[in-house]
Amino acid sequence: MSTVGTETIEGFSSSREIAQSARDRLRAGSVVVLLAALTAIPLVANDYWLNAVLIPFLIMSLTALGLNLLMGYAGQASLGSGGFMSVGAYATYNLLLRLPELPLPVSLLLGGVISGLVGVIAGLPSLRIKGFYLVASTLATQFLLEWLFNQYGWFSNYSTSSSISAPRLAFLGHDLSSPTGRYLLTLATVVVVTATAVRLVRSQTGRTWMAIRDMDTAASVIGVPVSAGKLKAFFVSSLVIGIAGALWAFAYLGTVDARSFNLDRSFQVMFAIIIGGMGSISGNFLGAAFMIFLPILLDHLGSGVFGGAIDPGQLENFQKALFGALIVWFLIKEPRGLAALLSRAWTQLVSRINR
Amino acid sequence: MSLWKQKRIVSKAVGLAALALSAAVGTSVSAEEAKTQYFPLATFRVGAYASSGIPVWAGEIDYFRYINEVEGGINGIKLVWDECETNWEVEKGVECYERVKAGKNGSPVPIFLPHGDPISKALTEKSVADKIPLVTIAYGRTEAIDGRVFPYSFPVVFSFWSEASSAVNFIAEKVGGKDKLKGLKIATVYHDSPYGKETQVPLAHLAKTYGFEDIQIPVPHPGNEQSAQWAKIRQLKPDWVFLRGWGVMTPVAIKTAAKVGFPVDHIIGGIWSGSEEDVRPAGAVGKGYLAITPFPAGANFEIHQKLKKYILDKGLSDLKDPKSFGSVYYNSGVDEAIVAVEAIRTAQAHFGVRPINGEEAQWGLEHLDLSEKRLAEIGATGLQQPLKLSAKDHEGGGAGKVLQWDGEKWNVVSNGWVKSDRDLLLPLIYERAAAYAREKGITPRDATN
Repeated sequence: MSTVGTETIEGFSSSREIAQSARDRLRAGSVVVLLAALTAIPLVANDYWLNAVLIPFLIMSLTALGLNLLMGYAGQASLGSGGFMSVGAYATYNLLLRLPELPLPVSLLLGGVISGLVGVIAGLPSLRIKGFYLVASTLATQFLLEWLFNQYGWFSNYSTSSSISAPRLAFLGHDLSSPTGRYLLTLATVVVVTATAVRLVRSQTGRTWMAIRDMDTAASVIGVPVSAGKLKAFFVSSLVIGIAGALWAFAYLGTVDARSFNLDRSFQVMFAIIIGGMGSISGNFLGAAFMIFLPILLDHLGSGVFGGAIDPGQLENFQKALFGALIVWFLIKEPRGLAALLSRAWTQLVSRINR
Repeated sequence: MSLWKQKRIVSKAVGLAALALSAAVGTSVSAEEAKTQYFPLATFRVGAYASSGIPVWAGEIDYFRYINEVEGGINGIKLVWDECETNWEVEKGVECYERVKAGKNGSPVPIFLPHGDPISKALTEKSVADKIPLVTIAYGRTEAIDGRVFPYSFPVVFSFWSEASSAVNFIAEKVGGKDKLKGLKIATVYHDSPYGKETQVPLAHLAKTYGFEDIQIPVPHPGNEQSAQWAKIRQLKPDWVFLRGWGVMTPVAIKTAAKVGFPVDHIIGGIWSGSEEDVRPAGAVGKGYLAITPFPAGANFEIHQKLKKYILDKGLSDLKDPKSFGSVYYNSGVDEAIVAVEAIRTAQAHFGVRPINGEEAQWGLEHLDLSEKRLAEIGATGLQQPLKLSAKDHEGGGAGKVLQWDGEKWNVVSNGWVKSDRDLLLPLIYERAAAYAREKGITPRDATN
């Protein structure tokens, strides 16, 4: 999936097309298998895997996907992801609270739409500025939103600690508050959003975004609607990130306040797509896996191998250093991210088998 | 990259994953009937707040070691613990909780100490589903005092509301009675966060009751520049300042107050603005600064002499820096460990002498009665306040001592424990708990059993 963008515009020789369709079938097959496996996971996994590993991984993937649409496809750098997550979380919370008759998926989607609209406003500066200047203006959005939800009690229904916690999660009479329920809710959302995003980036909209990313002046000269394209990217990206924020709040943590979506979160999302691969759908999942799984893996290894023998503080610091070193190592190996690394390894493997 | 190299990497990765898996699964293997009591610790030895965390674990672990080494465990059941690092981050805290909640080698988790306000909030509902009580001393959701709505959250000893009320009552003690509060100006300089805003409601209520003027001044996180706030203080001329800081905000506030000429001995720091780590960086100008705390500093309590004799002097202590022995944070760890151990002991008296699970520990906590007599037996008279919990009251104490910094160490200057106006505030807290129950569709538990 990583080369989606380039494949659609490259040559059309017939042998290529056949190979392409075979690969598409293979790919579709593997996606079905993967989905079946993911749906079956709750049968074998315990609470730990669901609550602490898989749910945050899926939501982080979704957030990364949101940012990747904006940054990787449309070329608009943003540090406002945390802020948009909080808009999604607070909007969905208020919808669930004040309009309890709405079904859960509708509340989630509307929460996302509200976040998307906020994203359009936050994206207005992108019509005039780009690059680091745009990063600075999205940074302002991040701080403003964090301040807003902390400052005005209405958003959190005047809770003493301005924190929000989900009213009962239920859909079609099924209670979704168990770990399995929350996992399946997350999984279903991620699948639907990812499928939509895949279609979107292969459509006219996706080509517009990539044209803007590659050279906006040239794009506008040949008649690509640059301003509309940029704002659309902000809308879709913030919508996806907003849905992810609501899931982060209600399907993962349960109770959050505005500080759960601070600048660190925005950086984490940005690192996930840089490591995973910008302008790639699978890169989001790889990057999120790197950011979520690896520290946990290192922690388990550390406490399993050295537990008790080394000062726990030192061990923790060592893990952090190792995590940093791994990021550097992977980026040196492949600056375009894990998705490119994997697809290169895959191509090499295939060519070796064919030989 | 050549193929064999790739293969090597793949096999390495598989090996690593298998190792991690075995580490994860290993904890859930159930051995034969356990003879020890598992007690997981969620620590933060690295990250922004590590300097306050490290002495807390030392106090906690030292007391556990003392129980094991000197008293032979809790009625013979020894404590075993392991650490899981949270960095004070909510995601890692949740991960730690999920990792340890199933117990270890067949021994269940009696109590979980989240050690972090956001972590405790994220675990509020999970702990109910898993039946593991969360004990949060001097932090956590204030409404959780109502155990009918929050059966597994225990903000024992001193909630933020009690903190605010005790601070006001200390001022009353200083000015000669609660009737003298009328007309005073009390400014609260607070960390602009959910934690910082927690005391706004009780202070507004107390201001209305006693007739003092309640001024609220926020300081944005992290609070390393406060000229504007203290200029405002100089202009408003409050009689007292209640400082509810966190981290670097406290020393900066003390220094800035000194710069604008506000008398430091009229600033009362809150629980998290009242440790050695908070005043030392302020230097000489911190002399005279006050702080209200449920964890009085000092190494002269009876339990400290026992800890020194059996743990520190034998080299068994977890404390890296012996200067921290008897510090506010060290003592908070000891305090917390005492409450946990006594709750397990209470549960054992009811359910039998064996490792206790979370549901039994919840019963133990709700029937915990730390009387003056029991505290004297432990050797914690003066260190821990008498504490009696019930299903309707998960706080129990609600009093703090006021300390004053003399440039070297803290001295208690209040007249013993300063009680808060719990009778005045509890109805408000119950109201909020009921509102939460309505919002979440919880049917409050019957408090009579």
